[in-house]
Amino acid sequence: MAAEIGFGSLFVTLIVSIYGFVAAIYGERSRQKAWVLSAQQAMRLVFPLLTISILCLVYLLITNHFEVVYVSEVSSTTMPTYLKITALWGGQAGSLLFWSWLLAGFTSAVTLRKWDRDQEFLPWVIVVSLITLAFFLLLNTFFENPFIRYWQTNQGIVTAFSQPPGGMMIFPRDGSGLNPLLRHPGMIIHPPMQYLGFVAFIVPYAYAMASLISGRSDDRWIKLSRPWTLWAWLFLSLGLVLGARWAYDVLGWGGYWAWDPVEISALMPWLSGTAFLHAVLIQEKRGMFKQWPIVLIILTYNLMIFGTFLTRSGLLSSVHSFAQSTIGPIFLAFIALTIIVSFWLLSSRWENFKSRQELTSFFSKEALILISVVLFMGLLLTSFWGVLFPKISELVTGQTVTVGPPFYERVAAPILGGMLIIMVICPLAVWSYASFKHLGKLLWKPGLFSILGIILPILGGLTNWAAVIAFWLVAFVLAVNIFEFGRRTKLRRKSEGESWLQAFGKVFDRNRRAYTAMLIHIGVVLMAMGIIGIEVFQTETQGTLSVGEEISLAPYTMTFERLDVFDAADARNVARAVISVKKDGQLVGEIYPRRDFFYDSGQPMTIPGVRSTLVDDFYVILVDWKAITSQSATFKVYHNPLVKWLWIGTYVFIAGVVVATWPEKKTKSAGTKPGRSI
Amino acid sequence: MVMEELQPIEAEPRKGNSLKFIIGGVVIVAAIIFLMVSSLQANVQYFLTVDEVIEKEQTGDLAGRNIRVSGAVLGDSIEYDGETLNLSFTIVHVPADNQLVEEEGGLAGALHNAVMDPNRTQLRVVYNGPMPDLLQNEAQAILTGELLANGVFEADELLLKCPTKYEGAVPEQIDS
Repeated sequence: MAAEIGFGSLFVTLIVSIYGFVAAIYGERSRQKAWVLSAQQAMRLVFPLLTISILCLVYLLITNHFEVVYVSEVSSTTMPTYLKITALWGGQAGSLLFWSWLLAGFTSAVTLRKWDRDQEFLPWVIVVSLITLAFFLLLNTFFENPFIRYWQTNQGIVTAFSQPPGGMMIFPRDGSGLNPLLRHPGMIIHPPMQYLGFVAFIVPYAYAMASLISGRSDDRWIKLSRPWTLWAWLFLSLGLVLGARWAYDVLGWGGYWAWDPVEISALMPWLSGTAFLHAVLIQEKRGMFKQWPIVLIILTYNLMIFGTFLTRSGLLSSVHSFAQSTIGPIFLAFIALTIIVSFWLLSSRWENFKSRQELTSFFSKEALILISVVLFMGLLLTSFWGVLFPKISELVTGQTVTVGPPFYERVAAPILGGMLIIMVICPLAVWSYASFKHLGKLLWKPGLFSILGIILPILGGLTNWAAVIAFWLVAFVLAVNIFEFGRRTKLRRKSEGESWLQAFGKVFDRNRRAYTAMLIHIGVVLMAMGIIGIEVFQTETQGTLSVGEEISLAPYTMTFERLDVFDAADARNVARAVISVKKDGQLVGEIYPRRDFFYDSGQPMTIPGVRSTLVDDFYVILVDWKAITSQSATFKVYHNPLVKWLWIGTYVFIAGVVVATWPEKKTKSAGTKPGRSI
Repeated sequence: MVMEELQPIEAEPRKGNSLKFIIGGVVIVAAIIFLMVSSLQANVQYFLTVDEVIEKEQTGDLAGRNIRVSGAVLGDSIEYDGETLNLSFTIVHVPADNQLVEEEGGLAGALHNAVMDPNRTQLRVVYNGPMPDLLQNEAQAILTGELLANGVFEADELLLKCPTKYEGAVPEQIDS
């Protein structure tokens, strides 16, 4: 019964979405407001309707309805209830429904605001949102239906939603269970964050299209969609960070990012979205380059669809991909269509969005931000080319040729260096002109301080010149931002006679966007420090030890104390090694690398033991052991300098984005109207 | 310059030297493209099936080149020494063509057929390192490394995928 209700509700949502965008177009063209309002009601309805569908699927998962194909594929009787719920996004069909549900949530929420001042946007926001939703619901209804069931017929077992002629429903006793790799808390949160980040970008895109169609070329569409954009950016960043953290903590290969095509496909909308956030600044402050944000948001939207397509088409060889599926061509057609329509609209409005201002100096703030946008696009192009190169070469030469991490690293490193240089100058630069005297005055102190970033690594025995330059730039960016915070606070304290803390709070509050940007940039350079540390200085060794024997790596010595092998409650066999760790001869603690074997899927999972400090991580993987005696085991050992700063940087970064996302206090002073409204 | 020179945003256009900025922009874009092209040439790898490896080996095209190979893992062939971490196994040819794979019932079917068919071409692989969790019979292996003169493939990176673990075929236990 639940399957029927779930599918029925899904189908009704599809009809409502199609009705909604047709009604919106008709109402707008015939100038009948009632139709547009009716479309708005339809758009509000899609989320509650799809929620029924989702609840039905969750119910089927929790109550072990294995006659439903999706349930039997991702769930099993031995799984605890919370895992059965998360199995909702553990496979192709369910995760696509989950994705549509989140999208419906955003599209429904966006209609809830008052539209008084922005009536001309409303119909087109509805059209764009509901066409996108209808597309995904179409896939869910006709190609990836999570509610189809097993039937026994004369021709054998078939899968279908409704009963085939002479078919009898089959009720399997158990399902195959969720992939054990997806049973980790990090993996439970990572996909929803990633999805939320993806789908939230629908809102700025819908506003951009509404702005193009209605011909309204001011920055109203950016203001209205800004909170949504920031949420999208926050979730997408969280998704990427959680994925990296999960890889480091659970996958047991000593790394966090592998330039895997699916990782890149999640990174690409982040890159264009980040470029978008920067380009928007130039338009808001100077009214220049108004076409750039539109181009960037079109790219972001399409890269988000493209990313969803890449993971689901079986086109790529990746650890992330779902099974091969027939929905690939439909996705490509949809992407092609949206790109053609979007850019056609943009070109038809090109003159409206032209700016009368021109750049005046390379060192003005807008020029520097523009360069950073170009650098982001460079990273994007590199990623795009790297992912598609195998397919392109296959089409052109008939021979598949791929590129690996060295390609990305070689291109990305100098671009990231360029970004660091801009991050040094940009917080100090001013809009519309360049004053070298001003820049020089503000730069020399942090510049002097940043020399520590050269001296310390060299004293530490560093000979890699590229790494020295990188550390110097990191120190320089940190110094510039910290000095700038200090200088402004001091000025305020002097003029207002406030305490340091008060003055700092006030300064931050007065120009929150500038300072959250600085906070986020501090997070970025801390991450950069961690990345340089692990990429350039990682060392590794391996060895087989009997109980009581030792291996040394860098300043660490590990001793194999014992190995416990036991069965855990959730159909899992655990082999857990106890390792005591000494640093420079001093005992500093124990770590427990282990290996879990899942009986129902026959798949093992390697979880490293890590001792993490601000200076370095000591990272040990249990590779193998003698099953009977447990007296000797083989370990792979990594020394990862500075990697903790990668995670600290991400916390600072995320904190910065959260502060930016937080609604600003509505101030009535100086005639500024509250710019936010939801 | 002093603050008084600042103009309101939509004032008369200020004539910047736009040629300067066009050249600047072109230089940056050219630098990025140069970086991409040069890195690409230094880092391309052939992505081959086992058949193609055997074919190209005879023409001597592969000597000293870093390549990627994909194939199906033969479960019985896996040999692993947990002390030295020396791992070796055999992969068999699986067609790369999506259409051929679909005809065999998707990737899982193609891998199964490949392992069952004794006439497919085979490639012996050696690797030093921990045995990956997913290395098992009928897994799809994507290997990066070099073909040695003796016809053995020395891998420095293993990527493994078990399609059946992600999305199952028909369930095994059935109540009618």
